[in-house]
Amino acid sequence: MEMNMLWSSEIFFVGDKFLYASHSSFVTMALRRNLVGCTSFCFPPVFLCWIAAMDYSIDIGSSSFSTKCKLSSRTVSSKSLHKTAQIRLLSRHPEVYEPCDDSFALVDALLADRANLLQHKPRLCMEVGCGSGYVITSLALMLGEENSGVHYFATDINPHAVDVTRATLEAHGVHAEIITTDIASGLHKRLAGMVDVVVVNPPYVPTPEEEVGCEGITASWAGGENGRKVIDRILPVVDELLSGKGWLYMVTLTANNPSQICRLMREKGYASRIIVQRSTEEESLHVIKFWHEDIAEMEGARAVASGPESWLSQFPLKSFWRGGTGSIG
Amino acid sequence: MRLLTHNMLSCNIKGVSNGFPLRLEAEKWVEKEVELNADFLRGIFPKIEWKALAGAARAIGYDQLPDEADASMLDSDDFLRRFHHALLELHVEEGALVCPETGRRFPINKGIPNMLLHEDEV
Ligand SMILES: C[S@@+](CC[C@H](N)C(=O)[O-])C[C@H]1O[C@@H](n2cnc3c(N)ncnc32)[C@H](O)[C@@H]1O
Repeated sequence: MEMNMLWSSEIFFVGDKFLYASHSSFVTMALRRNLVGCTSFCFPPVFLCWIAAMDYSIDIGSSSFSTKCKLSSRTVSSKSLHKTAQIRLLSRHPEVYEPCDDSFALVDALLADRANLLQHKPRLCMEVGCGSGYVITSLALMLGEENSGVHYFATDINPHAVDVTRATLEAHGVHAEIITTDIASGLHKRLAGMVDVVVVNPPYVPTPEEEVGCEGITASWAGGENGRKVIDRILPVVDELLSGKGWLYMVTLTANNPSQICRLMREKGYASRIIVQRSTEEESLHVIKFWHEDIAEMEGARAVASGPESWLSQFPLKSFWRGGTGSIG
Repeated sequence: MRLLTHNMLSCNIKGVSNGFPLRLEAEKWVEKEVELNADFLRGIFPKIEWKALAGAARAIGYDQLPDEADASMLDSDDFLRRFHHALLELHVEEGALVCPETGRRFPINKGIPNMLLHEDEV
């Protein structure tokens, strides 16, 4: 089965129909957002044009389908279809965060950087705050498991979330070691300097302080002043966990003052780059990658030369808070 | 929970200095076959506290690990297979991890250890 597509893709099942949507695009986000039942979303006019420009052909009850995207296209085989977790295989719980724009942005960032990640040959990867398991499952699908020598850890402070993550991983046939804990408490001593990739979609919404660390779903978004309360506790732990060649991918909101986060990390010796930048009517999200300064050159050079998946990596060059260069000082 | 994870966990209660290794009290465990990757095993070996691994393996009935190990053993396929089996193929489903210093029990349910602390432990 071959299909014309833009970037990478995923198939959705809406009722009895197959629906193909291009990954890494607002169109997908908008579609998924409706599919997973997230809160209201308005299609900005420009993206409505995009949707109009796409010619979906939907097959009912048939395994063959095609989508033509008139913007540009390349051909890939169906093998790459499931590099990310599938929405229909996700487990759910009312007290657990369902994948939303931020989760998709993070997975899209990992996809955009996948060629680099594969070359990086991580041994241990970790997600802090795994929620539904969408991100860690996607990472495991993207990078492979034991056969490629990659092992995964996932933590969450919410006991319901770890159960949901376990079910989501199982439904996709991948494995991560899951621990119910605050950030990486209990792990950080022995795992110090051993983790090659950390991914975090933290609770980043500015809220009253007393909401931070509340039980259940509140903990998934409540970030205290400037949404930084949990982020500022996560960063030093991640710094401890990361190996010399370690990378961190983290979602931030403009209200979190990401450039200040980058400066803070700079003081600890990290360079940074925006991998994905997204604006909806509600929020402006960035996925920032951090790595130890001394290997910055090599990393940067590869990112630009890594083929079609680097398309998104070039977004950062147009960063609105700082133009010109890919790195943030 | 794999024994790899057991090897990486220590008691996180404030003031505890001797929180490793956590004693493994397993009620239920399963074996799941995993492809052996020698590079991974050789890479992770220096980071593994061998006595803790051998002890935890024994706690769930696997006594095929030597009491002590050094890097030269990694040349042996037989050793690699045992190391691999203990580290990655044994999963503790139900039980507890017990702090050697305070006796505090961290429950393991459905394969997931719970390291959350009570307010007075943080
Ligand atoms: C925005 S949600 C992201 C969930 C999931 N990773 C995703 O991208 O869809 C943030 C997650 O972090 C968890 N969390 C919040 N504070 C935490 C902490 N101190 N330690 C570990 N996890 C935490 C929440 O329970 C929630 O599952």
